[in-house]
Amino acid sequence: MTSSPVLELDSVSYAYRGSEAAVVADISLAVTAGQSLALVGESGAGKTTLLRMLLGLARPTSGEVRFDGDALRLRDREQMRRFRRSVQCVFQDPYASLDPRQQVRRIVGEPLRSLRIASGAAAGDLVGRALERVGLPADAADRYPHEFSGGQRQRIAIARATVCDPRILLADEPVSALDVTTRVKVVDLLAELKETTGLTVVMVSHDLSVVAALCEHTAVLERGRVVESGATRSVLGAPSHGYTRRLLSSVPRLPVGG
Amino acid sequence: MSALLEVRDLTIRTGTGRALVTGLTFSVARGERLGLIGESGSGKSLTTLAVLGLLPDGMTASGSVVLDGTQIIGASEKTLAGVRGRGAAIVFQEPLTALDPLMRVGRQIAEPLRRRRGVTGAALRRAVAEALERVRLPDPARIARAFPHELSGGQRQRVALAMALACDPALLIADEPTTALDVTVQAEMLDLVDTLVRERDMAVAFVSHDLAVVARVTDRVLVMKDGHAVESGDVHEVVRAPREAYTKALVDSARQLESALDSFGGAQ
Repeated sequence: MTSSPVLELDSVSYAYRGSEAAVVADISLAVTAGQSLALVGESGAGKTTLLRMLLGLARPTSGEVRFDGDALRLRDREQMRRFRRSVQCVFQDPYASLDPRQQVRRIVGEPLRSLRIASGAAAGDLVGRALERVGLPADAADRYPHEFSGGQRQRIAIARATVCDPRILLADEPVSALDVTTRVKVVDLLAELKETTGLTVVMVSHDLSVVAALCEHTAVLERGRVVESGATRSVLGAPSHGYTRRLLSSVPRLPVGG
Repeated sequence: MSALLEVRDLTIRTGTGRALVTGLTFSVARGERLGLIGESGSGKSLTTLAVLGLLPDGMTASGSVVLDGTQIIGASEKTLAGVRGRGAAIVFQEPLTALDPLMRVGRQIAEPLRRRRGVTGAALRRAVAEALERVRLPDPARIARAFPHELSGGQRQRVALAMALACDPALLIADEPTTALDVTVQAEMLDLVDTLVRERDMAVAFVSHDLAVVARVTDRVLVMKDGHAVESGDVHEVVRAPREAYTKALVDSARQLESALDSFGGAQ
């Protein structure tokens, strides 16, 4: 079964203004519905730059970003509205990504307002549903971000990103700032959202176990280039590139019981 | 023989009297490698700061902390200065906070060497180069001339480690020293710490939220939660058969994450 990609990077490169060296070079990747994709690599590999281009926050120096088969045009308001409704994002730091002066109700409802999807009571219902889906109590809507733990804040961020039922959730290291017990719960939540709402996750991460748990496809980046990509099962199960092998063997492991 | 570090009934309070660490008792023998495990808010970092008399202003410690024969709690700055560096030295999570951004790396390492060993001139330059070589930094002459921002995260953490080791401390305290590093750099750093402390029979107190990381460099662990000690024992024993529910939850979470990787059979 093949469906056409929702998001596509077609030989994109990105260089900062005035800089000769490309941060990412000649990268082609496609995101199809139901096939979650992980972008794996270490600092400076270009993961976040790729994510910014996928989000329409940065324009490639060369190459093209396509959404539903059409080139992404940041000035086309009609297309951008469809795009924002389909593609939402969650960031690494749940303390920095939520406005401390707004009630959770307002934070989570923001996409509904800015995309003119719903207002008033209808918006309230959608917010309530989104909060419930991420496992937060109903009264969370009346509270402020500082009243929540790191894991709960990340749930709020996920509720905001999923309130408009997007097809794709772009997540930049969504669990790496969390404690291990919380991390497992948020990974479970994302897996559940994939299952129940058909959400496709595009995740930037250096944590291979989280990648293995959530993504069907993996692309390994090293210094701005994709060195290996394919089904996560084969990339992590039988890595063919030396760098992928090095990443895998560097993961600290629990001592074997015995 | 008495322990190198003897912490007894340590309680740390905020200015308003809230207890962040309560009645904590543990010890580290000479040459022993202890891991302090816990999640955010468990009090593990505060405990290490109390050991060096470095608690933030407004916080008070009670109980007893004896490091290398010196009582730390209530000690004068002068007494503390005598113990810091030689009794114990610390490496923090974020090397940028430990390094002065305006000072060349070489000078920062030279400072404790000059003060402790009284070396100057060419001998001091040699000692700095040796300190950098010891943490396996290539081209020590270039690194010594560099400012912290000119180095990578892994190189900075090696410099911080070189500073901590400069006075041959009896106890190396490492507070999440690899959490901010990339996974391959982390692996190299853990190897380095492991080798260095084994070579010189140095005791280690290694603080982390990551059981797998702690197990890599320590023999015994102390599990902390909400300022209390939950459980302690041989690290392999604790991972294999945790006694307390909280430890079990920690181990289970770590195992659950690992199992996703293992399901592909690729990782060794």
